[in-house]
Amino acid sequence: MNPKTFASLSRAMALGLLRDRTAAFFMLVFPLMFLVLFGALFKNDSTARAEIVQVGRVEIFDSLPREEREGLEEVLEIRRSDDREKALEEVRAGDVDAVVWQEGDEVRLRYSAADQVRAGNARALVGSVVQQANIAATGQPPAYALTARQVEDESLKAIQFLTPGLLGWAVAMGAVFGSAFTLVNWRKKRILRRLWLAPVSAGTVIAARVGVSVALALVQTAVFLGVASIPYYGLELSGHWWLAVPLVVCGTLAFMSIGLVVGAWAKTEEAANGVAQVVILPMAFLSGAFFPLDMAPAWIRTVSGLFPLTYLNEAMQDVLSRGQSWGAVLPVMGGLLLFAAALTAVAARLFRWDDA
Amino acid sequence: MTDAAITVEGLRKRYGDVQAVDGVSLTVERGEFYGILGPNGAGKTTTLEMTEGLRKPDEGTVRLLGESPFPRNPALLRRMGVQLQASAFFEKLTAREQIRTFASLYGVPAERADAMLETVGLTEKAGTRENRLSGGQAQRLSIACALVHDPELVFLDEPTTGLDPQARRNLWDLLRAINGEGRTVVLTTHYMDEAETLCDRVAVMDHGRVLRVGAPAELVAELGVDSLEDVFLQLTGREYRQ
Repeated sequence: MNPKTFASLSRAMALGLLRDRTAAFFMLVFPLMFLVLFGALFKNDSTARAEIVQVGRVEIFDSLPREEREGLEEVLEIRRSDDREKALEEVRAGDVDAVVWQEGDEVRLRYSAADQVRAGNARALVGSVVQQANIAATGQPPAYALTARQVEDESLKAIQFLTPGLLGWAVAMGAVFGSAFTLVNWRKKRILRRLWLAPVSAGTVIAARVGVSVALALVQTAVFLGVASIPYYGLELSGHWWLAVPLVVCGTLAFMSIGLVVGAWAKTEEAANGVAQVVILPMAFLSGAFFPLDMAPAWIRTVSGLFPLTYLNEAMQDVLSRGQSWGAVLPVMGGLLLFAAALTAVAARLFRWDDA
Repeated sequence: MTDAAITVEGLRKRYGDVQAVDGVSLTVERGEFYGILGPNGAGKTTTLEMTEGLRKPDEGTVRLLGESPFPRNPALLRRMGVQLQASAFFEKLTAREQIRTFASLYGVPAERADAMLETVGLTEKAGTRENRLSGGQAQRLSIACALVHDPELVFLDEPTTGLDPQARRNLWDLLRAINGEGRTVVLTTHYMDEAETLCDRVAVMDHGRVLRVGAPAELVAELGVDSLEDVFLQLTGREYRQ
């Protein structure tokens, strides 16, 4: 392989891609917009601190020891007010989750059913405080104690989930569209034929094309991690985050192979675009790139298990957010490469030099 | 071993039901300007593509400069320059970027590519993207890309189709100059005036066969007509094609 030829072909391909404004936008900027938007949208999702208004004196809160009170305030924000009617109005408007006040020995809680999760949260928290106070009132030590803790790093905020997922989607889009368009366009414009007539090896041409896609994917990775790491979004990378690099490389190869099949089959760029969308959209939605699939019906999870993006996303989350290492990555890398090999073989069967 | 630049014997190629090329034999001498003429669908392009080694003939043999283009022969590819019928350009690249990219495929330095651009009079358009070049400029660029590595053997497929008279005359001068430097040039065309002024010899093709080969003036004399166009019409008839 001649390095000069390789460099100049890579340059020609990269320029062709980047100068196509629409393609560059959809492949590079569009996914980043999702990260910027979703990241801002779900920024405070994980705190889910219930907010209640306390009207007048409420014994169980007011008599809490300081230490316990601070613990409670991590999950429950208590604001004081003297105007119960106004506080109730705030609950109805959804500005706060509940109002609490005391009448004699009775602690009264009023909440809105509009946001069931937060209302339930507020109810459970106030309920548990009441229970504790009751037990304390008996003068006996509690019979059982519950200590619960999240399995992930406590910082597992939405951005920790969004970054690997959206990055996987971005890499998939870039690689599928990139290779499909190149193949269709080069066949249509007879560049394939022209290259056949030049003393350049197929290996050099393929290496240049793969190199451009891999380089773009790595730039995307750097930009995504960079943007997500700014304090506003606050992505915290776990120890082996750099394993995302080989993962992205293998993912790019796998998705390029999808693009090759599409490009080998499609006669026009329009057809390639349509088919690529049909492949990518369901894959993105069902791979957990946008939302977790833990709650999805079993059949969706089965379908999801067929997509390489699902495994890429899972492994990316493992190394970027969950502190996992080679063990989580190697099987996925192997699988992605196998997938790439299989689909490339299919593409080779469908390959045509020209449309004639 | 023959000394001819191109020897083609008994070429046949079938696409489905269509016998595109049906037993073509040609010999092109070194330094010759050779024209393949024929109406649309006569099999000119298929013959040319099989000769270049782009398509494998069903039957027949091709020798270029004494070598076979099959299997793909990089040493031979360096010695031939090909302009495809459609202008095969990389998308979104400027004229200079195109020719430099093609030059690098042959290991030719960028300065030589720029000089070639000058030769075809495109230095002013060097920064223009391929899709904004006029028809004549695009043709000149694609010929420049075919010549950038200084080939001995040049194939041009309908290089002047769709050009205005000025652009055609300019291209003719360019093609004559290429041939004048001692290169063997093979072109297909359906412009008879073009063949008459440029070609040392022409082969008139129809229905996948060579009907007649000879110098334009000889053919005119032989058939007792006024021009090559009359030769052509007499040989290929007057019905509409495609």
